[in-house]
Amino acid sequence: MRGIHDLGGLPAGPVERDEHEYAAWEKRVDALMMLLSHKDRRLVKVDELRRNIEGLGADAYDRLGYYERWMHAIVQTLIQRGVISIDELGRKMAEREARGGPDA
Amino acid sequence: MNEPGELPRADRVGYYRRMQAAVEELLILRGVFTAADVDRQVEAMDGRSHERGARMVARAWVDPAYRGRMLADGSAAAEALGLEVGPLRLIVVENTPEVHNVIVCTLCSCYPRMLLGIPPEWYKSRAYRSRVVREPRAVLAEFGLQLAAGVRIRVHDSTADMRYLVLPMRPAGTGGWSEERLAALVTRDALIGVAQLPDVSESADR
Amino acid sequence: MGRTLEAAAPRFRPGDRVRVRAAHPPGHVRTPHYCRGQVGVVERLCGAFPNPEELAYNRPGLPAQPLYRVRFRAVELWPDYREDPADVVEIEIYQHWLEGAA
Repeated sequence: MRGIHDLGGLPAGPVERDEHEYAAWEKRVDALMMLLSHKDRRLVKVDELRRNIEGLGADAYDRLGYYERWMHAIVQTLIQRGVISIDELGRKMAEREARGGPDA
Repeated sequence: MNEPGELPRADRVGYYRRMQAAVEELLILRGVFTAADVDRQVEAMDGRSHERGARMVARAWVDPAYRGRMLADGSAAAEALGLEVGPLRLIVVENTPEVHNVIVCTLCSCYPRMLLGIPPEWYKSRAYRSRVVREPRAVLAEFGLQLAAGVRIRVHDSTADMRYLVLPMRPAGTGGWSEERLAALVTRDALIGVAQLPDVSESADR
Repeated sequence: MGRTLEAAAPRFRPGDRVRVRAAHPPGHVRTPHYCRGQVGVVERLCGAFPNPEELAYNRPGLPAQPLYRVRFRAVELWPDYREDPADVVEIEIYQHWLEGAA
């Protein structure tokens, strides 16, 4: 059994030489991970991030964008660690959706 | 809730974007960091290109002792140039007329971000990660790179705690150039190993 | 400020032939599938690092494991390898995945 992320040697098509300018929210996901994993906080280890990405189903791993996978994994880690609760996250997301606006 | 892969893409992206904003808001309220911390971190990564890696290469080209230091201990060599690299454990691998180096992380996207910035999308792609360990020359050809006959390849799979930088060969026709001018020649793709640096023509030397 | 971690003693040196164990545990493993069961040569010892398999579950991952770069011949990794027989793939592998090979 190989992990869904363990890609070395698998057949694949041509390399698409994408150079992707990331959206503001994606850059903030990157920043979030840097801040959380920083030695002053140590709230998420890069290994936990990877493990939670690897825990996505194969389909989701392929379909989700890079920073969507990161966001999923950051949240899983924070929940696992008890830093945030599912309930408070759900409430905050619903609150933002109700509030509307560009970053809802 | 649908499986993450099932929503139409725009709805799904909106979901994760909302999650990002919500998590950020919760953690700021909790005092884990400030909004300014996030802004500063975004700015820092935005401003980071491969310039630091290029500077190391240019120094190695003009200073054989520095080249030796880089090959012996990449992180120490970076710090010797005043480049703050934090916990980065850097290994520098040198291209020669006989050996060409290529870097990949088949398991995710490990990359020397402190020296090169954010990795390009293709570096993180399924196709690159799957194929470059198995058919490196075919992949390099897709990048427009044909290695000379008799050049052997070392593919480095960045699977653990080390990060890698390729030291490309110095282009011919650059004799007497300043370090700054040399550094400007060095491309990010050459530092990953999917490109070589072309020789400089006589006319460019004036 | 560096902490000195409790570390396992290194068992291998540059030039030693080593085999990657052909185990396939679930979980967060940093030994790629394509090198399991393969024989390579130690290129260098990188130092000792906490075990990522444990760090992934927010455990300390101690004692730190010696981490080696191991060089494999591409023609041995891939039965259908068509490029240069001198090509190699070099992979960082933690000591607990390695055994000595003749």
